[in-house]
Amino acid sequence: MAVPAISTQPFSQRLLASSRRFLHWLTSTRVVLSLIMLALMFVMVIIPLYKLVETTVTWQAHDLTRVPDAVVGELTIFHWVRMLTGIIGKIYTYTPLQHSMTIAVGSTLLALLIGGSLAWLVVRTDMPGRKLVNQLAVLPYIMPSWTLAQAWLVFFKNRLTGGTPGVFEFLVGQAPPNWLSYGPVPIIICSALHYYTFFFLFVSAALMSIDSNLEEAGDLMGASRWRILRKITLPLVLPAILSGVIMTFSKVMGTFGGPNILGLPVRYYVVATMVRGSLAAGEGGDAFVLAIVLILFAITTIYINQRLVGTRRSYETIGGRGFVSNQSKLGKYKRAFQIAVIVFQILVIAVPIGLLLLNTLMLIDGNYTFGNLTLQHWIGARDTHYNSGEPGVLLNPKIWQTAWNSIKLSLLTAFFTALLGIVLGYAIVKGRGTRLSKLVEQLAYIPYVIPGIAFGAVYIAMFARKLGPFPPLYGTFALLVIVSVSKHLPYSSRSGVSAMMQVGRELEEAGMVAGANVWQRFRRIIFPLTRSGFMSGFLLTFITTMRELSLIILLVTPSTQLLASQTMFYTENGDAQMANVVILILIALVVAGNFIIGKFSRGGSLQKGLGM
Amino acid sequence: MSTTITIKNLSKHFGKVVALDNVSLVIEPETFVTLLGPSGCGKTTLLRCVAGLEDPDGGEIYIGNKLVFSYDQGISLPPGQRELGLVFQNYALWPHMKVDKNITFALEIQKLGKEEMQKRVKEALAEVKMEGYEDRYPREMSGGQQQRIALARMLAYRPKVFLMDEPLSNLDARLRMDMRTELKRLHHISGATTLYVTHDQVEALTMSTNIAVMKEGVLQQFDVPDKIYHFPANLFVADFIGNPKVNLLDGVVSGENSVDLGKFKITIDTFNAAGSVVVGLRPEDIVISTQPVPGAVEFSAYSVLPSGADSTIIARLGDLELTIKVMGISKIKMDEKIWLTFNPHTLNLYDKESGNLITS
Repeated sequence: MAVPAISTQPFSQRLLASSRRFLHWLTSTRVVLSLIMLALMFVMVIIPLYKLVETTVTWQAHDLTRVPDAVVGELTIFHWVRMLTGIIGKIYTYTPLQHSMTIAVGSTLLALLIGGSLAWLVVRTDMPGRKLVNQLAVLPYIMPSWTLAQAWLVFFKNRLTGGTPGVFEFLVGQAPPNWLSYGPVPIIICSALHYYTFFFLFVSAALMSIDSNLEEAGDLMGASRWRILRKITLPLVLPAILSGVIMTFSKVMGTFGGPNILGLPVRYYVVATMVRGSLAAGEGGDAFVLAIVLILFAITTIYINQRLVGTRRSYETIGGRGFVSNQSKLGKYKRAFQIAVIVFQILVIAVPIGLLLLNTLMLIDGNYTFGNLTLQHWIGARDTHYNSGEPGVLLNPKIWQTAWNSIKLSLLTAFFTALLGIVLGYAIVKGRGTRLSKLVEQLAYIPYVIPGIAFGAVYIAMFARKLGPFPPLYGTFALLVIVSVSKHLPYSSRSGVSAMMQVGRELEEAGMVAGANVWQRFRRIIFPLTRSGFMSGFLLTFITTMRELSLIILLVTPSTQLLASQTMFYTENGDAQMANVVILILIALVVAGNFIIGKFSRGGSLQKGLGM
Repeated sequence: MSTTITIKNLSKHFGKVVALDNVSLVIEPETFVTLLGPSGCGKTTLLRCVAGLEDPDGGEIYIGNKLVFSYDQGISLPPGQRELGLVFQNYALWPHMKVDKNITFALEIQKLGKEEMQKRVKEALAEVKMEGYEDRYPREMSGGQQQRIALARMLAYRPKVFLMDEPLSNLDARLRMDMRTELKRLHHISGATTLYVTHDQVEALTMSTNIAVMKEGVLQQFDVPDKIYHFPANLFVADFIGNPKVNLLDGVVSGENSVDLGKFKITIDTFNAAGSVVVGLRPEDIVISTQPVPGAVEFSAYSVLPSGADSTIIARLGDLELTIKVMGISKIKMDEKIWLTFNPHTLNLYDKESGNLITS
């Protein structure tokens, strides 16, 4: 800064001038919007996180049963000591953590293998039918994450749960061993088959952006194929792979559905299921310690990854289209590859849905005779013999209410996410390079590193009681909307920023020069130009909210039940067929939503929704 | 229309980068003033400060008698209240509006009547020779046409001051020539005070009433094109203006009216020069001869580059290299001996230390 000229103005005038300048800054649109967003995020993210930590370091009413002379509200390290030491630490924290890690690492590696290979086959080979493979590859991700777990159970369960045999036992005549039916192996496989989509999308985008000339250059120098793959191709797709690792790892760490379905029967607890278990037992302090451990783990992973990716990330921007892309000739294995891929896709898409459907048509689970086929679970009347006396799903007003709740929640979340996207995008992009803009962007990123189940726990901590001006929101529908919108903040901000970046700043400035006020500029210039981006953001949020389970499982109550959580309650209640009917309805809704995206938002896609 | 733009002690920083350093400039009514300089010199920042799109961190701006910005009083009028029009480098036509909507946008905000708006659209399109294009979307027009529409959009709401930010830089060479003609005409007819940003010296020299040359946020020289070209205030301006570039030779003043350039001496008519100086010789001011001439210095033709209307000759004497420009296609052959004569009236002397022009 240049040395400011010594002002000869009297102090009062200088004060007036600087307060005018401050007011001018304060009332500029981006600053106002930034401050509003900061306040909102403070309430939606920071305070809940603070409450979460606070709960773990103060005495809770429930603790009086264990420590009668504790003073509720006083500071204590009781929960931390209890959860991190001794036999309780081992059972409640370390073993589940170990399980979570096993599952996360296993699923990530398997997902990388599947997604990476598929991406390579689709982008870089002459395998026939690549287009169809490309479209089908994202379907498993669109379906709820625990669909495969449910289908797995239908096929592989042994008599450990419910005492009825699975399809495997019916076909083979022998019950599958426990390790195949439940626990880490099926959980890893099911998660990997859901999350491989991340790798598929990231790696195929990266492969598409690599100019084959780079590889050909190596070829001309006489490098072997393997050497080219290792020394040229791999380093170039590494950033994409690492992004996939971050996303998959942190998602699996916080995932609830699969471990709950496949882990519980053999008491294979992960942190996510343990958090819910502790909360159900009223041990808020304990549950929140676990949630914090989970958050710290997620943050550490992301931090390490970011360090690893570091400068390499910039490779991602190599790019644009129109590159020369040569394709490896698969030669005589062409057909073999194609058949393998088709079989794989049938196995992960058609077979699970078929199994679930079959299961819902069986009057009594495990009885594989024609006479047992029925529509009882779909449209059957109330019968005390089946499903705890509940009528078939389609005749069940409770389920209709639940479905409506799900749709309402998804619509509201999508609406607010899109709205916040506009505001965040504007505040961040127009302030690029300022500290305020960076702060807003970083705050909006926080929910990304908080695993779903922990985020739910955070909200219980915050809204279980009255807090300042906020009434106790637990059990209300509003809370579900708030938590879903908060969890989507990173996506809001990313899609908002990328939409706003496409509108050159001159377009708004031309409006300013023409004398248009903020509202006129938004209505007539910014909104029309960013609409398509926000539309696809809207529809994608609709889908992801529809099938979100980990986030809301701790927060739903009978009156705010959602389809996703309803499947889990049915499963836990032993009404597996009802659960599967609900899953199928959920899949139908989600697939319909995805179809609408393709139809009505030109350029809207899953890729965009993932912020690519 | 006769509006003065007065810029007083304007400063602007982006973080630690100084974009404008205490710039003062009075732009007289009805003049066409060009801000000229290499990229990053602060010319666009200055324009944006005048427009109200950036807030300076020091100084004042008046448009006419209206104080539109004052750091010391904490005043900053929004762009819409400064009664100016701005043409952007990339035109900034709103892609989702047709031509007529692009033009009437500002008029609607001024709440003009329907008929008046139609009249203005017609007039503005006629002024830029784009009649009948009302129903086109920007993407359906060429770059040159979009440029004209951007101009029409500004003309339609009749601002007191025209601001233009490198409006011709995205056009091809031929179209640029045409638009220069049109813009100069337009200014001639409307008489609106115009502030024009460019990095193209030819554009600046051909169009301006006055040129302000800037470098690293500092105003180097503000003068009429003739003075800017023939009497650059310092070595930066001398070097920046002119194509081919000016010859700058280090020398030492020796005696009353001569500078010793090492290999030879050159006569000057500047009297208050002393010590180390830099001599500035415009390539077209050097007279070239293929025969020995009294007082001329012998060089050899290192390279000859004819380009139709004129030719550029690179002459060498040891490691001393001079660029000379002659009219027509030169007959001189490479490596031929040539004799150069220097005119003491057309050369400029600069102080070696400060780089400033030494005036007689």
